[in-house]
Amino acid sequence: MTINQQIITIGLCALATVLTRSLPFLLFRESRPTPKYIQYLGKALPAAIFAILVVYCLRNVDIAGGSHGLPELIAIASTVVLHLWKRQMLLSIAGGTAVYMLLVQLVF
Amino acid sequence: MQLKGVKRKALKAAFPCTIPIFAGFWFLGMAYGIYMNVSGFGFWYPMLMSITIFGGSLEFVAVEMLLSPFAPVQTFIMALMIQARHLFYGIAMLDKYKGLGWKRFYLIFGMCDESFSINCTAKIPSDVDKGWFMFFVTLLNQLYWVTGSTLGGLLGSLISFNTDGIEFVMTAMFVVIFLEQWLKEKRHYTAMIGFLCSVGCLLVFGADSFLVPTMACILAFLTLFRRPIEKAGGLA
Repeated sequence: MTINQQIITIGLCALATVLTRSLPFLLFRESRPTPKYIQYLGKALPAAIFAILVVYCLRNVDIAGGSHGLPELIAIASTVVLHLWKRQMLLSIAGGTAVYMLLVQLVF
Repeated sequence: MQLKGVKRKALKAAFPCTIPIFAGFWFLGMAYGIYMNVSGFGFWYPMLMSITIFGGSLEFVAVEMLLSPFAPVQTFIMALMIQARHLFYGIAMLDKYKGLGWKRFYLIFGMCDESFSINCTAKIPSDVDKGWFMFFVTLLNQLYWVTGSTLGGLLGSLISFNTDGIEFVMTAMFVVIFLEQWLKEKRHYTAMIGFLCSVGCLLVFGADSFLVPTMACILAFLTLFRRPIEKAGGLA
């Protein structure tokens, strides 16, 4: 690739990103009230999105082979238990991550 | 003087919310910078790409694109597919990003998974300016990502420390945010729809191409069951 082709490639990636991030705002202008159906989606989507993001983070976990996703399962369970117990976001995230690091470095 | 106070207060409220992202972005950003470095690119590549694209998963994929023969159409379509989930973020933030003036443009530009998640769910204290709060969350996140990837690009393979597994910080953060959302709602229809669609599509379409079909399924189910979901109420 020449330097110009590299610039175009990076530019297209940036353009695609900005397009997907701004399209809803371009379609439904700030000055006009948002249609009811879109308002409903806006309220219904976040819970679904966070489910996608969790699955997305785990998409490459191999249940059939390797460690069978056990470190992920145990670490997520620890994160959930810690969060239900203390309800401290940072603590739950740090605790879950520490459990995962210990598991992948020392156990699996 | 007064504006300065407003900004400082918003920054103070925003920073703690971004600490997990600081850990995750420095690690992932460095990993990305190192990856670019060992692929033969100077540090300005990860730096400029993190400033202009600011989307982790696409930036990783872009390294392969840059190493392959020039294919602009394929690049653009691929980038749109990877980033398509942002369409949902925009729909969810339509009303929250209203009336914020010039800050709105940066908030939309910088709406990555993590900035969206914080800005969508954070309980912003009533005496803190919402616009500045969300602006600082987004800005801090991008700052972490750009510095992390630049450092990785500079230091390259010199870095060797046993950080195996630290990338889990992002997973843990989304798990906690999902859980918070779950505890906040009275009914869990939409969370269940999201979960079942993602897992189903992951099994059918595989890890590299399940996002777009997942979004289509979720939209279909939310539209199909709009009446019962709205009737049941309890949408957070």
